[in-house]
Amino acid sequence: MVKLYIPRETTADSLGAELLVKAISTEAQYRNQAIEIVRNGSRGACFLEPLIEVETDNGRIGYGPVALEDVPDLFDADFLAGGDHAKKLGDVAALPWFANQERLTFARCGIIEATSVTAYESLGGYVGLKNALAKDADGIIEEVKDSGLRGRGGAAFPTAIKWRTVADCQADQKYIVCNADEGDSGTFSDRMIMEGDPLSLVEGMTIAGLAVGATEGYIYLRSEYPLTEKILNEAIAHAEAAGYLGDDIQGSGKSFRLEVFMGAGAYICGEETSLLESLEGKRGQIRFKPPLPAIEGLFGKPTVVNNVISLASIPVILEKGGKHYAEYGQGRSLGTMPFQLGGNIKNGGLVEKAFGLTLRQLIEDFGGGTFTGKPVRAVQVGGPLGAYFPNALLETPLDYEEFAKAGGMLGHGGVVVFDDSVNMAKQARLSMEFCSVESCGKCTPCRIGSVRGMEVIDRIVSAKDADTRQAEHIVLKDLCDTMESASLCAMGGLTPIPVMSAVKHFAADFEKGF
Amino acid sequence: MQDWDLEKAREAVQDLKDRTGGVMIALHRIQEIFGYIDDSAMPMLGKTFNLSRAEVHGIASFYHDFKRSKPGKYTVKVCQAEACQAMGSEKLTREIKDFLGVDFHETTVSGDFTLEPVYCLGNCACSPNIMIDTQTYGRVSIAGFKALAETLAKEAV
Repeated sequence: MVKLYIPRETTADSLGAELLVKAISTEAQYRNQAIEIVRNGSRGACFLEPLIEVETDNGRIGYGPVALEDVPDLFDADFLAGGDHAKKLGDVAALPWFANQERLTFARCGIIEATSVTAYESLGGYVGLKNALAKDADGIIEEVKDSGLRGRGGAAFPTAIKWRTVADCQADQKYIVCNADEGDSGTFSDRMIMEGDPLSLVEGMTIAGLAVGATEGYIYLRSEYPLTEKILNEAIAHAEAAGYLGDDIQGSGKSFRLEVFMGAGAYICGEETSLLESLEGKRGQIRFKPPLPAIEGLFGKPTVVNNVISLASIPVILEKGGKHYAEYGQGRSLGTMPFQLGGNIKNGGLVEKAFGLTLRQLIEDFGGGTFTGKPVRAVQVGGPLGAYFPNALLETPLDYEEFAKAGGMLGHGGVVVFDDSVNMAKQARLSMEFCSVESCGKCTPCRIGSVRGMEVIDRIVSAKDADTRQAEHIVLKDLCDTMESASLCAMGGLTPIPVMSAVKHFAADFEKGF
Repeated sequence: MQDWDLEKAREAVQDLKDRTGGVMIALHRIQEIFGYIDDSAMPMLGKTFNLSRAEVHGIASFYHDFKRSKPGKYTVKVCQAEACQAMGSEKLTREIKDFLGVDFHETTVSGDFTLEPVYCLGNCACSPNIMIDTQTYGRVSIAGFKALAETLAKEAV
């Protein structure tokens, strides 16, 4: 029996992986060859998807990207024994794309059958939870503190401090809420880990529950990820069956329950207070802060709201120790970050590396430049609220503080590359338009400012002379200042960042029209 | 997609009364069965979840996902976010609109396709992306879309 790995994952699926599973099964049956197809997640090399791996004595031999019409050819080439074929990549783990990464959080992703507890345990899974059960709450939080982990959702707030705050609250009920409303354009690491190694998130949330004394958890998942929902629910059911969720976890007397909750297509619900409103079954409008969700969160109870990657990094921290995790990275940006390379990029996908490599290294060494082969003109890092960087800023190290110094933000680690055909005035307008579509409407600077922003940019690009254009630029600057300082949350507060970065670095685009 | 039936909708959500965020789950469930949420569901949901009719309307109208009128057999969402823009989604959007003969939020005359914008499907390394119902498609070209749409239109008959 030959073991084949074919991802059950959105990227692979979007390129026909399900059809491949059917075609390969049929072809194998027809040729009388015994195969077993394991459904893993993606390893993160999206440019190789659908990536099929064959288990051989010489490691897992990859073929990709495989098209439907390649299937008979692959059988003819005896790919089940690792035979030569134009799509053959060789030992997948040895490909430079993977060998040059530092995978801690994504160590298992794409390697194991995604929802299998046994497979998860075979590669260190649930060691972290066992270590956590042997500690008291303070011990767990201390370990997380040692790791230097900061919220990977974008705000980069120290995770241990958030947990400490919730742990110190006295309440009859506390909650762990996972923010899986990954709405930022250019980001997909949350989805990849939830599809490829969902049990790491389940384990991370369970440990969080132990640390702060919460017995209920919710994963707030965006509705654009229907396949992810299925995989998460399977993983949760498997964890329950194996005694890792529910009452009396592994005979410890501790209990933790977990549920997936679907959003309904509102970007703003990625903002934590808006997410909590939505989870309570209300309009996803943001709340005033304070009180912080850590003190008054879901249904007014102390609540940890963490991003998927923050929580999925907890198991490895408890498994190998906080100090081990902190050996990666630099300065105050410790550990690793799963960067996501998207947009106009040749070799796009997920690259987990310690903080500190430069944006250029990421785009050129891993990404191989643009998809179109044209020069890189602009790079947006950190989602739709992140700054646009010109070529000159590509030497900026990927590090929270270094990015802030350069006028940008690392956010959730999404990197979107544009070639020289991009019109940055149009992109600036898109930022304002996006804000106007997705604003929750609670505060005026965001709700009205974004609409006025589109109008001002339209007037700038259609200005008849330099003086008129200059006058409109002053209005835009003033509007952005107002949005930045007077909006209630990051949506209105950060929309000026991409807009003003486009004005600063690509001023000429605003003079040539759309 | 079934034809609207208030009684059936009522029955479908009764078990959600005590669930966290039950009304959100209910709206999803009703839409899954009927393709949209009819106005007559508002007072029913209000009664079920102890909310005013206005509150239910407020929730249903806040989220982009919830449809208030019957959509086409398939809902096509075309990504408008940055990563897809970098790979020509603006042109693709224009071509899809021309091919289907509709603008965003409209349904084709045949009743087969409703076209919607979406901001990011989380498949940004394989742009441009579209989603048809619950299936995401990556690296979409207009030729690929036309072939797909024609196949689906045949299946819809």
